[in-house]
Amino acid sequence: MIAFKNVTKTFKRSRVLDDVSLEMDQGERIALVGSNGAGKTTLIRCLLGEYTHDGQVLVGGLAPRDNRGTVLARVGFVPQIPPPLRMPVGELIGFAAGICKSDPKSMVAVMADLGLEYGRIRKLPFVKLSGGMKQKTLIAIALGRASDILIMDEPAANLDPEARHIFFRLLAARQDDGIMLITSHRLDEVAALVNRVIEMDRGKVALDDRVADAVDMTSRLTCALTMTRADAAFARALAEWGFTGSGLRWLGMVNGPDRLRFLGMLSRYTGILAGLELKEAEKCVA
Amino acid sequence: MGAFIRSARLDITESLRARWFGFYSMVFGGIIVLLFVFGLTESRILGFTGLSRLLVTYIQLCVAILPIFVLITTVRSVAGDREAGVFEYMLSLPVGLAAWYWGKMVGRFVVVFLPVFLAMAAAAAWSEYSEIGVPWGLFTVYTGLLVSLAWSFLGFGMLISAAARSSDVAQTGAFLLWLVLLLFLDLILLGVMVREHLPLEAVVVIALANPLQSFRTAAILLFDPQMVVLGPAAYVILDDLGQRGYLAFALIWPLLLGTGAASWGYRLFRRGDLP
Repeated sequence: MIAFKNVTKTFKRSRVLDDVSLEMDQGERIALVGSNGAGKTTLIRCLLGEYTHDGQVLVGGLAPRDNRGTVLARVGFVPQIPPPLRMPVGELIGFAAGICKSDPKSMVAVMADLGLEYGRIRKLPFVKLSGGMKQKTLIAIALGRASDILIMDEPAANLDPEARHIFFRLLAARQDDGIMLITSHRLDEVAALVNRVIEMDRGKVALDDRVADAVDMTSRLTCALTMTRADAAFARALAEWGFTGSGLRWLGMVNGPDRLRFLGMLSRYTGILAGLELKEAEKCVA
Repeated sequence: MGAFIRSARLDITESLRARWFGFYSMVFGGIIVLLFVFGLTESRILGFTGLSRLLVTYIQLCVAILPIFVLITTVRSVAGDREAGVFEYMLSLPVGLAAWYWGKMVGRFVVVFLPVFLAMAAAAAWSEYSEIGVPWGLFTVYTGLLVSLAWSFLGFGMLISAAARSSDVAQTGAFLLWLVLLLFLDLILLGVMVREHLPLEAVVVIALANPLQSFRTAAILLFDPQMVVLGPAAYVILDDLGQRGYLAFALIWPLLLGTGAASWGYRLFRRGDLP
C-alpha cells in the first residue's frame, strides 16, 4: 500500500535519506526507530508529501505531493511536537473535521475516551493546554476520522498510564484496518505495539525485521513489588506509573504493551528489588 | 465551506488572538486619537482644514509605518509558523496548497487592512457626528490607496516568507526591502540621482516601480500637484500621466506588484519543502 522507491533527501550538502526503499502493507504496525538525525521525521514528511525528494513515494499508487487531497484524506497524523495554535480546541476540531470531511462528534468521542472533557476545554486556546492534553487532542483528531494510515511521532510520550492504556486499546481496535507507523527514539517504548521494526541510521534502513505479535494491546498486568529499602527516586518513578504504596511494598497496574518499558525502568533499581510479581489481570473490550 | 475560506478564517482567528495584532491596532487607532487630541482638524495647511487635514497627515504616517508593519508581521507569522511546526501539522491534513497559501494571504490582508481602515472610518464617523464634514471623495481614494499599499507589501511578505528558510532570515529580508524602497523615495535617493544627471528615464522607471513612491505621490497630489514636497521624479511623471492617470496607476500598479510577488512566492512554496 505504501512504497518508498530509492528515496533520497538532501538538505544543502547533508544527505538525510540515502536511497531508502521500503514497502508497507495493510495490517502492518511498524515501529520506526533510530537516534536523532537518523531520518525518521524526514521519511514521514516525505510520506506526507511535505518534502520534495529524489525517488518515489507512493501511497496506493499515488504520489502524496501530487495527490494531496486523495492521499492525505487516508492519513491520520500525530506530530511529536504539537503546533502552537492559539485557536480554541473547539475551532481546531471544527477546522480538522471540516477539512477532512469527518464528523467532529467522533473526534470528541475519542477525546472523552482518553479522559478529556471537551466541554471544559472547548474554548481554551490549544497552545495553553498541558502537554498531555495537547497530545490527547491530536490523537483524538487522528483517530476520530476515517483514515487507514496512522502516522504517529512519539504519540504516547506525554500520556499518563491510564491514558496510555486507553490509547493502546483504541489502537488495538484498528489493528488490522490499515497501516500504523509509530516513530520513537527507543524500541522499548513501542515494541509491544508493533509487528515490524524498521531501524534507521544516518539516512539508511539499518534493520527491517518482523517481531512476535503475541502481546495483547488491551491487556493489563497487576504488579506487586517488594523492596529491600525505601528509595525516594524509586518512589517518584513509581508514582509516575500510578503505583500506590509506601517504602517497601508497592502495588499497581502496567499496560500490556508497556511491560518492556516498565521492566526497563525497573532495571535501574534491581539493587533494591527484593520481589516482583507481574500477572495478567484483565482483558479489555475495545 | 471550501478549504480556501477555512484557511482564510483560520489565519484571521489566529491573528486576532496574537499580541502583534493588538499592538498593531493600537498604533493606528492611537494615531487617529492623537491627531484629534492635538486638534489637527482645526489647524490649517495650504487651505486644508477639518478631516481633510487629518486624513493627509494620517496617510503620510501610514506610508512610513504600514509597509514595515505588514512586512514584519507577515514574515514573522508565516515563517514563524513554519518553524514552530504549524505547517507540518496543518499541511498533513488534506488541504490543497493553493487553498492554504491564498487563504492565508487573504486572511492576512483582512487583518492588516481592517485596523488601518477602521481607524480612518472611526475618524470619519466622529467628524460626521461633530459636523466637521467628511470629504467622501478623498476618503474613498485613500481607502483604495491603502488597499493597494497593504496588498503589495503583503505580497512581498508572502514571497519573502516562502523564499526564506528561517524567520530570522525572513525578517532581515523584509527590513532590507523596506529600507531600499524607502531610500528610493523621491526626496532621498531619487533626488540625488536627478541632481547627479542620471538618465531621466531610469529615475522615472525606478520612481514608478516603487509602490511607496506611487502611494506617497498619489496621496499628496490630490491636494496640490504643484507642491514642492512631491520631488522631481514625481513631478515629471505627473506631467506625463496627468492627475487621473497617475491616480489610476497608483491604485493598480501596487495591486499587480503584490499579486505578482505573492504568485512568485506561491510557486516557490509549491515547489519547495513545506515545513
